[in-house]
Amino acid sequence: MSISLPLDPRLAEPEPPLYAARKKIYPQAVRGTYRQIKWSILAITLGVYYILPFIRWDRGPNAPDQAVLIDLPHRRAYFFFIEIWPQEVYHLTGLLIIAAMALFLMNALAGRVWCGYLCPQTVWTDLFMAVERLIEGDRRKRIQRDEGPATLERFSLKLLKHSSWLLIAWWTGGAWVIYFADAPTLVRDLATFQAEPIAYISIAILTFTTYTFAGLMREQVCLYMCPWPRIQAALTDEHALNITYRYDRGEPRMSLKKATHLRAEGGLAGDCIDCQQCVAVCPTGVDIRHGADLGCIQCGLCIDACDDVMTKIGRPNRLIAYDTDVNIKRRQSGLSEIFRPFRARTLLYAGLILLVSGLMAYTLITRAPFTIRVIHDRNPIFVKLSNGHIRNAFTMRVANMLMTERNFTLNIDGIKHAQIEIVGGIPVEDNATILVVGPDQTREFRVLVTHDAAPEEHEPTALSFVLRDESDGRTAMARDFFRTPYTIH
Amino acid sequence: MDNKIPSGADETKKSIGTTGHVWDGIEELNTPLPRWWLWTFYACIVWAFGYWIVYPAIPLMTSFTKGTFGWSSREAVVADLNELKTLRSGLNTRIEMASLDEIEKSPELLAFARAQGAASFAVNCSPCHGAGAQGFKGYPNLNDDDWIWGGKADAIHTTLLHGVRWEADPETRISVMPSFGRDGILKPSEISAVADYVLTLSGLTPDAATDLVLGKAVFATNCAACHSDSGAGNRELGVPNLSDQVWLYGSDKVTITERINLGGGGVMPSWLERLDAATLKSLAVYVHTLGGGE
Repeated sequence: MSISLPLDPRLAEPEPPLYAARKKIYPQAVRGTYRQIKWSILAITLGVYYILPFIRWDRGPNAPDQAVLIDLPHRRAYFFFIEIWPQEVYHLTGLLIIAAMALFLMNALAGRVWCGYLCPQTVWTDLFMAVERLIEGDRRKRIQRDEGPATLERFSLKLLKHSSWLLIAWWTGGAWVIYFADAPTLVRDLATFQAEPIAYISIAILTFTTYTFAGLMREQVCLYMCPWPRIQAALTDEHALNITYRYDRGEPRMSLKKATHLRAEGGLAGDCIDCQQCVAVCPTGVDIRHGADLGCIQCGLCIDACDDVMTKIGRPNRLIAYDTDVNIKRRQSGLSEIFRPFRARTLLYAGLILLVSGLMAYTLITRAPFTIRVIHDRNPIFVKLSNGHIRNAFTMRVANMLMTERNFTLNIDGIKHAQIEIVGGIPVEDNATILVVGPDQTREFRVLVTHDAAPEEHEPTALSFVLRDESDGRTAMARDFFRTPYTIH
Repeated sequence: MDNKIPSGADETKKSIGTTGHVWDGIEELNTPLPRWWLWTFYACIVWAFGYWIVYPAIPLMTSFTKGTFGWSSREAVVADLNELKTLRSGLNTRIEMASLDEIEKSPELLAFARAQGAASFAVNCSPCHGAGAQGFKGYPNLNDDDWIWGGKADAIHTTLLHGVRWEADPETRISVMPSFGRDGILKPSEISAVADYVLTLSGLTPDAATDLVLGKAVFATNCAACHSDSGAGNRELGVPNLSDQVWLYGSDKVTITERINLGGGGVMPSWLERLDAATLKSLAVYVHTLGGGE
């Protein structure tokens, strides 16, 4: 006997799982134009990254001779002929604006160029995949071995692969920390276990992240962790070139045999023979024939794979190519293709890049060799002396941004018959005081200005602090005021 | 011509499916979270439990769980301070060895002593002397050139070491002005006259009706022994100068009368026991270089 219950048909089917296991991707090796471009960019970017800290750049005896150095303890950053002090960190802002605009510009011109060729995640993953292929063989071999029984060969190959990955990851972390200290010294200290703990900790963290991201997680980083795919999708437009499956040419897809047969009969067959090579080579496991996809990093490897197949079956190349949906539609309607690299957005991005780089170049070229800053004492604003004279005290900070020690003199314009005293200066004849500031240093002086203030003078007296470099006569100026009990503001 | 476009929602729906949920015709694609995300979430929970175990975490009735690492914020501060001390020990040793004059002549030591002195001043001295050492009524302004006990760096250092009228220190600086009014040494009329006379010493205008001759006589008898005939004072004895423009309590007759009535003087603690030698020297240099130092 059975009881039949009225069942909501939706409840009859089990709910789909909330979490999905990762499907392991076995990208196949591929040759072609885009693979070649990717290899070249990989060689250049990694070469720059690993070698740059070892390049020397002579800045004289008082400064480090490393071409690219971020000296955190001394608050300086060096890039070849450029030296940045903490107050000039706006250059970093400029660099970040340029980087963002370059990213937008790339996207407006040719989609995810950054993701496909330049992103560290892509470059290191590519490197790790190359190592994997070298040790474990190509796609088919790896799938077979992974699905087969656990053998000693499999174990040793995996061990070798992971050790190689860890070695590269460790080297990656090591190259990072030597941007922050004298590279040869730090390498020696690291090797002899005399470096600061923070160096080892940084290397350990970067080893872990490089190994995990490039070796184990790969496309998961792009799919789930990176914000750029989402931002990119919102920033793109219909004229941006994207890696596109030209379905106007490819469909209806069918086997080569069928297509040949159909064509012989005068029928219409698409060029796509559904060989799945574009899917097999994809590092993120995407089927480009589904159209634009969050997972597609637009590396162009499917173009290479498809071109290979098209050549073999004697059909024209670039069934998959950098193209736009607009052009597909135009071709379908019998119109000619259009490419519009000069659009409002590309011009805007390029213009902003030019503007910001121009501003940065201008500030670098006109960078003052020394600066003066003056702060009036806030409390007390003035001091009445025993003879009734009024004294104002100022904190003056002189920054000598050159690599040599320099002697300055200070002249205060705007007030007559004032007595000037500089705490920290060296008095010389003629009532003058020499202010010595060491190479690449700032120094603080206390400047005391004393004057026989007149009670009827109600306006604060404007002062100009003119600092003069004794060696070449160049000057820098700061302004402030002399205030008395009688001034009303 | 079956040249169907394989793009868009149909294809996606076919390849990844939907959850079956439909709202007003809008279907929910089945895009489950990756499983490693779930494991990361669990790992964070485990990590949090680890925190509870190794760090101080759970409040108890009178105390709290101390954690297996034995970490405490107080000890962390002490460790930080000790690290700072070690970092500064090189310069502080040089400060201890050098004379005050030598410190002021060396740019490196001067900068260090001024910075250290300013920090110590803010903590120890500013409650009475003010954040900018501008002083208050009864607490001297240290920026001006009027010094009761001397404005040379060494004199300032001595004042710092032993204080003023600080009974616990046998070497403290002591000067006591008698309470002329309270103790009945002078009559109110005499005090009024001498207060007006004191005003004239620094060129201030006295009350027109006052008998300045009497004032001068009272001053000569009672005040000049310490303050001298001209009112210039005496730094050796810590006697203020009455003939200059700087007034510790105020330059009006009421205030002056009050001081003559009450006498006495302010108190400054001895810092010898509280601050280390290098800090005391740094403080002396800082105060000396504020502007009024001699």
